[in-house]
Order: sequence, then C-alpha cells, then structure tokens
Amino acid sequence: MDVLVSTDWVKDHLNDPSVRVVEVDVDTAAYDQGHVPGSVGWNWTTQLCDTVVRDVIPKPKLEELLGASGIDNSTTIVLYGDNNNWFAAWAFWQLKLYGHQDVRIMDGGRKKWLAEGQDLSTDLPKLSRKSYTAKDADNSLRAFLPEVQEAVKQKAASLIDVRSPAEFTGEILSPPGLPETCQRGGHIPGAKSMPWAKLANDDGTFKSVAEIKALYDGVGVTGDKPIIAYCRIGERSSHSWFALKYLLGYKNVKNYDGSWTEWGNLVGAPVEKP
Amino acid sequence: MKAEEFTERRQEIDGWPVRIITYRIGVRHYCTIDNVDPGARFARADGATLEEAERQALEKAQRYLKQTRRFPPA
Repeated sequence: MDVLVSTDWVKDHLNDPSVRVVEVDVDTAAYDQGHVPGSVGWNWTTQLCDTVVRDVIPKPKLEELLGASGIDNSTTIVLYGDNNNWFAAWAFWQLKLYGHQDVRIMDGGRKKWLAEGQDLSTDLPKLSRKSYTAKDADNSLRAFLPEVQEAVKQKAASLIDVRSPAEFTGEILSPPGLPETCQRGGHIPGAKSMPWAKLANDDGTFKSVAEIKALYDGVGVTGDKPIIAYCRIGERSSHSWFALKYLLGYKNVKNYDGSWTEWGNLVGAPVEKP
Repeated sequence: MKAEEFTERRQEIDGWPVRIITYRIGVRHYCTIDNVDPGARFARADGATLEEAERQALEKAQRYLKQTRRFPPA
C-alpha cells in the first residue's frame, strides 16, 4: 500500500466511495476558501485533540468524528493540508495511533493542489453517517516525557529535533511571527538537528526516499536503534515521523508530541545549547 | 472553480526571510505569508484586489515579526 498519493491520484478518486479525502490545515479558515471537491474539513484545534486536557483526541471523540465524516473502518482516508501537510501528518499519526488501517497523505498538500489549478469547491459534502470502532491507542508510536528523560540518560534512542536551526540553538523561542510558548530556548541534550523542511521539496512534496535516507544517515540516524522525533507541539515532528516510519520503513519511531512546549517549560530540565 | 494567478516569491521583512503566496479564487484574492524556516504561515488576508490582500497580509506579518525576539549566543 502506497501511503503517499499524488494529486492526480486524488483527482482520479474523487468519486470513489471507498475513499474519503480530508483537509486538515494550520489555517483553519483555509478549507472554507475552497477545498478538494467532496473533502471533509477537520479543525485541528477543536476536533483533533482533547480540548480540556493537553492530549491527543480521545478515542470516543475520534470514533464520533470519523463516523460523522462518513468514514468506517474500511475507508481509505486521504489527508492533505497547508504548511506542507504539517497537520495532515498530525492527523495521520493520530489515526495510526488508533489503528486505522488505510491512511494516506496527498503529496504536496493544499499548496500543490492550488498551484496546479485543480478543481476546488466551497460546498460541504453530503455525508452518510457511518459507524466507526477505534482500537485502543498504540503508544508504541508515541513518546511521553519519562521515556524521553530516560532516553537522554541512557542514550538509548536517537532524539531528532525537527525544528529550525535557530530554534534548535535557542536563538529564537518560536518560529518567527508566532507567539513564544516556552521559557527556555535550546534543545534536549543529545538531540540531533534535522529540520523537517529538509525533507520537503519547494512544491511541498517529500523528497525521494534516497534523499531522505541520506539526510538521516548524515546525522547518524539509521534506524538501528529507537528514534524519537520532536518539535514544538508535535505536528512538524509528525511530518518527520511519517517520513522515518513510512517512507524509510524504520520500525521503532515515536513522536514526542509534548515536544519543546513541554521540555522547554519544565523546571530543572537539562537544556543544551547551541 | 480553481485557484488562479498563483504566485510565490521570497523576500525579507525586518531581516526575517518570508515566503509570500498569492492567488485568486473566484473574485477574491488571497495572500498568505510564511516564515520560510520553519515554513509556518503566520499572516494571511484576503481582499477584492491583489494589492489589498497583499498589503493587509504584509502589515500583519510586520506586526507579528516585531514581537519575535532573538537571543544571541552567550
């Protein structure tokens, strides 16, 4: 199964009843401008998380969202979004966390679809509610703080910081133009810097498997030991997690969604600079 | 309906590299600005003309970028 599909593949499957296309953007207003015809829009700030506790979407809420989106356990879900699929990858990670079998990402995301002048619609799709039963969360795909702290002590895993070099060194506390959300800058001790953007071409598509492998080989990440990817809130690292696990095929890859907004705010947590 | 007149260019605002994307859908013009590295859109606007959309997005971008602090290495 190819987890990365092209815009042409999506165009050819717009009327395929076994496929549901879903747009997930950073900019939650983008879907309303015009979207892939028939696609559903999910709001990551309200629909793909626990809105009370800082956590991923609870299982019952996911089941409700998928059912209401006309998705059952056998549906092929194709995700796409802005910012080179950051939150599409975030949704992909969560769907895999809850065991959905067939999830794919449209390579290049929203930007490529727009740039190609593909058809857009402002109509909301007419959906028939379906029944969805999620599996229990598979936490082998997710790293929590204690595991990361242990990995730092034991050097038992490759920690990958996928933020920009300026965030990694602590020169800035957040991406330029966005609010600062941590008390300290820098990175988790021992982490290697591999900015997510290096994995992407200018048109938003992923680079080739050989190119991505060469980038990770260059920082000594070869898949021979567990890998933990992190960024600021876990969405950019979902993008890198996807590449490591599904494009390179490395078995033991986790997304640390607590990321720098957790580590960089912890009292007493060790921080490395530059 | 399609996105038309899609353009993409890079420039600097107050020393920060940004990427400016503009396009039109129907009669509405859209402008989004991202910070190149990491590539996060942080300002957007739309308007009846390209100039209006771009001017508003650039104003927002300048305002937000002014709030970003640099911490030089010790």
